[in-house]
Amino acid sequence: MHPPLQSPDYRSTLTRAPALAPIVLPHMLTELTGPLLGNGPLAPYDNDLTMQHSGEAIGQRIIVHGKVLDAHGRPIPDALVEIWQANAAGRYRHHVDNWRAPLDPNFTGGGRAVTRADGSYEFTTIKPGAYPWKNNPNAWRPAHIHFSLFGRAFVQRLVTQMYFPDDPLFFQDPIFNSVRDEKARQRMISTYDHESTKEEWALAFRFDIVLRGRDATPFEQKP
Amino acid sequence: MTSLGITPSQTVGPFLRIGLTWPEGEQVVPEGTPGAVVITGCLYDGTGEPVNDGVIETWQADANGRFTHPDDPRGTADPEPAGFRGLGRSETDDNGRYRIVTVKPGRLPAPGGQVQASHIDVSVFARGLLDRVVTRIYFPDEATANAADPVLSAIDDDRLRSTLVAVPDAGQDGPLQFDIHLRFDIHLQGEHETAFFDV
Repeated sequence: MHPPLQSPDYRSTLTRAPALAPIVLPHMLTELTGPLLGNGPLAPYDNDLTMQHSGEAIGQRIIVHGKVLDAHGRPIPDALVEIWQANAAGRYRHHVDNWRAPLDPNFTGGGRAVTRADGSYEFTTIKPGAYPWKNNPNAWRPAHIHFSLFGRAFVQRLVTQMYFPDDPLFFQDPIFNSVRDEKARQRMISTYDHESTKEEWALAFRFDIVLRGRDATPFEQKP
Repeated sequence: MTSLGITPSQTVGPFLRIGLTWPEGEQVVPEGTPGAVVITGCLYDGTGEPVNDGVIETWQADANGRFTHPDDPRGTADPEPAGFRGLGRSETDDNGRYRIVTVKPGRLPAPGGQVQASHIDVSVFARGLLDRVVTRIYFPDEATANAADPVLSAIDDDRLRSTLVAVPDAGQDGPLQFDIHLRFDIHLQGEHETAFFDV
């Protein structure tokens, strides 16, 4: 399901992925609880990345929305969703990213939302651009938005990336393809959602996120 | 009951600072809390180089061994000390160092009448980690409880088990009023590789 930590095509894993097999940790109280951040530190426009500065961000305005569910299909309310992304030109506002694409003074690229009672969340942002990276010659990351989720328990913690449908760069991306299972890879790709577009304003993409269940009993062993 | 496929993990990449930071994230308890424990350490890769683009997150019970969480079958309790929030988050700096200000959690029950020694669950995220890696911090002044802890005592390898116990630190990077300074380095790979857990 999750990608193997040792995925040599993604070069940074070579010196960072642990070599030893992980030890099974029985799920006890620390693992079955977690931070409940429903009243977290949200500020105005945390969920509208196009409106965090005095001027308007440049690029294709999009709505990204969906539901956070557990593996049983139950919505996870009051869950903090954090995102970060490159701008429309494929550049991150970060001192390490200095490839020759313009920064947008009106776009930072970070956002937060908290899920509603039905597990739904919504962001307004700019469609991020693809960008080159130095993993291998002429390597390009497909456009993506980073997502971070806490769920309700330590075992549900997830950081992932949301991709866009029909991206022609998927075939050559070792991070996307580190997920070996084709169906699982598809679950990282948002769907175009015409129903949720806003006329004369924004296109829309839907991205549902499924976190593992949290109903393990103490000392239950993994199959 | 339906069973949905879970969303796979992906790396945080090198730019997590844009999204995974918040003010005072390293303060599980407010700076200056009496009896606070300051845990610092360095995150290393397999070549011994510090990892300067990672984030360390911690989750733990309060000083009384309680969680403010509806899934704790013992019921909820007011956090001890006041202002305790359970979650810590610290980016690693240019030297790979992180810092968490917290209190020692109380011991916790385990199945079969066993008792878990005071511990902190840790998630490590970084470029090059396609999924988080999870470890635990135990306390060096709890030798008896550590020896009886069901997780620690199940690890036969002495070296590996010792990677989970913080060590006393002279404590040079915090106000002197803190009672306890601990060091907990994390080695992702190599001869000093930390014990990581499959959760």
